[in-house]
Amino acid sequence: MEILELTALELGKKIKAGEITVKEAVQAAIDRAKEAEPVINSYVTLDEAGAFAQAEEIQKKIDAGELTGPLAGVPVAIKDNMCIKGQLTTCSSKILSNFKPAYTAEAVENLKKAGVVIIGKTNMDEFAMGSTTETSYYGPTRNPHNTAHVPGGSSGGSCAAVAAGECFGALGSDTGGSIRQPSSFCGVVGLKPTYGTVSRYGLVAYGSSLDQIGPITKDVSDCAAFLEAIASHDPKDSTSIDRDDYDFTSALENNVKGLKIGIPKDYMGDGLDPEVRKAVLRAAKVLEENGAVVETFNLGLVKYAIPAYYTIASAEASSNLERFDGVKYGYRTEEYEGLHNMYKKTRSEGFGPEVKRRIMLGSFVLSSGYYDAYYLKALRTKALIKKEFDKAFEYYDIILGPAAPTTAPELGKSLSDPLKMYLGDIYTISVNLAGLPGMTVPAGKDENGLPIGMQLIGNAFEEKTLIRAAYTYECATGKQYETMADISKAAEKEVR
Amino acid sequence: MANKISDETIEYVGILAKLELSDTEKEAAKADMEKMLDYIDTLNELDTSGIEPMSHVFPVNNVFREDVVTNGDGREETLANAPQRKEDTFEVPRTIG
Amino acid sequence: MSKQYETVIGLEVHIELATKTKIFCGCSTEFGSAPNTHTCPVCTGMPGSLPVLNKQVVEYAMALGLAANCKITQVCKFDRKNYFYPDNPQNYQISQLYLPIARDGYVEIDTQTGKKKVRIHEMHMEEDAGKLVHDEWDDTSLVDYNRSGVPLVEIVSEPDMRSADEVIAYLEKLRMIAQYLGVSDCKLQEGSMRADVNLSVREAGSETFGTRTEMKNLNSFKAIAHAIEGERQRQIELLEEGKEVIQETRRWDDNKEHSYAMRSKEDAQDYRYFPEPDLVPIVISDEWIAKIKARQPELRPEKLERYKKEFDIPEYDAELITESKKVADLFEATVELCGKPKKAANWIMGDTFRLMKEKGMEPEDLKFSPEHLAKLIDMTDAGTISAAVARKVFEQIFTDDVDPEKYVEENGLKTVNDEGAIKEAVEKVLADNPQAVADYKGGKQKAFGALMGQSMRALKGKADPAAVTKMIKEMLEQ
Repeated sequence: MEILELTALELGKKIKAGEITVKEAVQAAIDRAKEAEPVINSYVTLDEAGAFAQAEEIQKKIDAGELTGPLAGVPVAIKDNMCIKGQLTTCSSKILSNFKPAYTAEAVENLKKAGVVIIGKTNMDEFAMGSTTETSYYGPTRNPHNTAHVPGGSSGGSCAAVAAGECFGALGSDTGGSIRQPSSFCGVVGLKPTYGTVSRYGLVAYGSSLDQIGPITKDVSDCAAFLEAIASHDPKDSTSIDRDDYDFTSALENNVKGLKIGIPKDYMGDGLDPEVRKAVLRAAKVLEENGAVVETFNLGLVKYAIPAYYTIASAEASSNLERFDGVKYGYRTEEYEGLHNMYKKTRSEGFGPEVKRRIMLGSFVLSSGYYDAYYLKALRTKALIKKEFDKAFEYYDIILGPAAPTTAPELGKSLSDPLKMYLGDIYTISVNLAGLPGMTVPAGKDENGLPIGMQLIGNAFEEKTLIRAAYTYECATGKQYETMADISKAAEKEVR
Repeated sequence: MANKISDETIEYVGILAKLELSDTEKEAAKADMEKMLDYIDTLNELDTSGIEPMSHVFPVNNVFREDVVTNGDGREETLANAPQRKEDTFEVPRTIG
Repeated sequence: MSKQYETVIGLEVHIELATKTKIFCGCSTEFGSAPNTHTCPVCTGMPGSLPVLNKQVVEYAMALGLAANCKITQVCKFDRKNYFYPDNPQNYQISQLYLPIARDGYVEIDTQTGKKKVRIHEMHMEEDAGKLVHDEWDDTSLVDYNRSGVPLVEIVSEPDMRSADEVIAYLEKLRMIAQYLGVSDCKLQEGSMRADVNLSVREAGSETFGTRTEMKNLNSFKAIAHAIEGERQRQIELLEEGKEVIQETRRWDDNKEHSYAMRSKEDAQDYRYFPEPDLVPIVISDEWIAKIKARQPELRPEKLERYKKEFDIPEYDAELITESKKVADLFEATVELCGKPKKAANWIMGDTFRLMKEKGMEPEDLKFSPEHLAKLIDMTDAGTISAAVARKVFEQIFTDDVDPEKYVEENGLKTVNDEGAIKEAVEKVLADNPQAVADYKGGKQKAFGALMGQSMRALKGKADPAAVTKMIKEMLEQ
């Protein structure tokens, strides 16, 4: 159990020092996963054999002095919408249930260069569409803090795996909050970088103009180290940006003196759970006590972000998911008559209800006669939302608020009313529309012991400001909210 | 303002999206779409006249590659996942009569 | 038919660009390889793959746009065109709708009534689809993605053409421009130039357009001409019967010489275009345009003038030679080597064109080297071989690009300059033809020809005719 208590960087240090072998680290994570999986279901694929094979190779390289990075030998998990050569990559969908790509996602490739051991692929909402990880073809993932509750989504498997100690860090993807919201629900640190910071090559697209890969970790230092490892300018991704700075760990500084933090009034109003509000305000207070200037302000257009987002994301998704047709890869229906029947049956059987819902909506808003009224209107709204953020960042260094209006809902309570579920994305979604970096840091627990996260939003390319503030907060609070979930207790709660 | 989605529209969108919905699914899809479109219609409260639609959020442009062959014979990797392979091609139901 | 009808035609021409690699990935564009060898995750629409634009495609498209007098769109973007078809691996084609690379141009064509401008509405860049082969036996289709992602420029004309002849003239003009620019080889049989024909008919004198149909699958000038005639007749018949022409896409079957509607319930033809989020805008500066302009090679009109001046060859010759860039290049290279423009022109317009016609070849299929033609010209001039032998040798150069020097050597075709051998042959001919000798001596000049022919034949055509003439005359006067 001792190994599992370590953060990724602490583990990396001990491996480097020879105190723990890579094999021991992998063994600890695998053992923990085997214990947790029957209840939590974080993984679609747990690659035990592969993990030990990697461990052996990486240990050799560490011993030979070829791998010296801080994450060398650390067991990690990858959300199952990122391709890994020769490994099942399902997007938690039946339609890709047999798909093994011939290439590896650039972010994963970068992480491998840093010397991590990939122990498995994590569960998610099908094609990242959902906020609960209940739309997975492989069954829901449960919240390790209380298995009667969802872990959030869509990167629920990655967040649950980190929270339950089934890995020492994971990659997620965030199109409308899919890293930040489940991180909040699972009590882990999650960061969605500025659009273009991490290559999307090999990430199965949902909403191409919104998708970003980011780290999900036990603490802020790990977050900075993972981001530093995966961020790169990738010529294979035309939207990848060549940034000036990739040294995110240099921002691990316990100092927010003079930092201007704004709390949008609309983020703290109606619909926000009082316990979440209390925790977020308390966190803001901590930063204030450490020298930051905290104010409330009016961020405009908050309520328009969700309708704009669902128009744009559904439209892009309807097109991105056209390639799943039973011709080149993935599932093909058993019996069919002719080409179009094959297409329709394959897709109708291969996709789940939430994916179909968004494909239908997306196809409609792009169809002849509606494009201007819906799609272009949404793109114009996006421009206005971006402007609102630009205005706010003229004055503030950071925008602070909750990551989600509530703590994790109970399993089975969300999918019956999709629109209501979408409303839960209100604090995260506009960040994707504006391409900004956003980060969730654990900031408390509700009376049921479910984690609460605060969200820090930065101006474009200002991840370091977020990391600095989060690190300062973490130092001030002594990491009291970042404890690993006790899975034996979590299950007990459900039985009761 | 309330949107009405007809059976024909759902049928039509099903053709565009290549999805075959059962009657129950169709009814659900109609209700879902009507609700979502009503919600999306709240955007009409915003005056967006004169605003350029923003598809790319950052002003990055002119990303190119040079015209140099970098890929070799990709046949096996391309066909490795084929649901139905015939020799070195993908086999599909006949496309034209 | 009581009424007079006018045919109104607009064209969508697809030209495959002659880049080494595909538009969005580093796969080769080579034609005719084994199925699916030139494929990768990007051009087969694998999940997670992303396109990266080939810069050469933009520059070729700009070159075409400028040559066709278009305005270059200085902020241009790609859009997705969504439709399901197995040759289209993503089930969307990356194309341009809202901001195409070039707009508002024209090309000039020659018609029976003089020169005419065909306006170009726009040109856009897009990716080609894969190839489908139909398996009759199994009732399936087989998909090969080698061609998927090969760059295309689609050139959309205004409805400015009125006959099949004008359409062919327009296509030939575009082909010549593309070939001169070196942006495409435009081989119709290989599909590197394809045309969709938009056609409507209206009563002569009418100002409004009739309902048009679009015909696809036209892969030769002959098929295009047939399809235009067939569709024109079909539409006129409909109108004469008081029926309406339906706006639809039709497929031309060249074997059956008939078009049929492609529409089915499953083809909604609602492409749901939207800006391609995986590609960033292309911003084209004035400097970039100027650079492309400066790089534009000499086009046909300038070349024609230069040939007349520099090489002093007749207009007729210059016109024929410059009709194809490939032929013009061959001609110039030959002249460069042998310095004899008129002779080079004669070889090209004579034996080269004759053999091409006999073998049904296009200029692009020519594969002999200018070095060998130049050598042949030099050898003939030097009297190393006779004109008759030269024509035979040229056939070998034309088909197998043989080195004429070697070939003549190996086959013993050198002109006989040995006076003894000539004398011996002539003596025998004179001895065998006393009647002809007598006729000649009696003043019948014609008889000389017979003696000459026989002597040459006896020498197997290898002797210098001048030397033989001289010998016969000498011996007759003895």
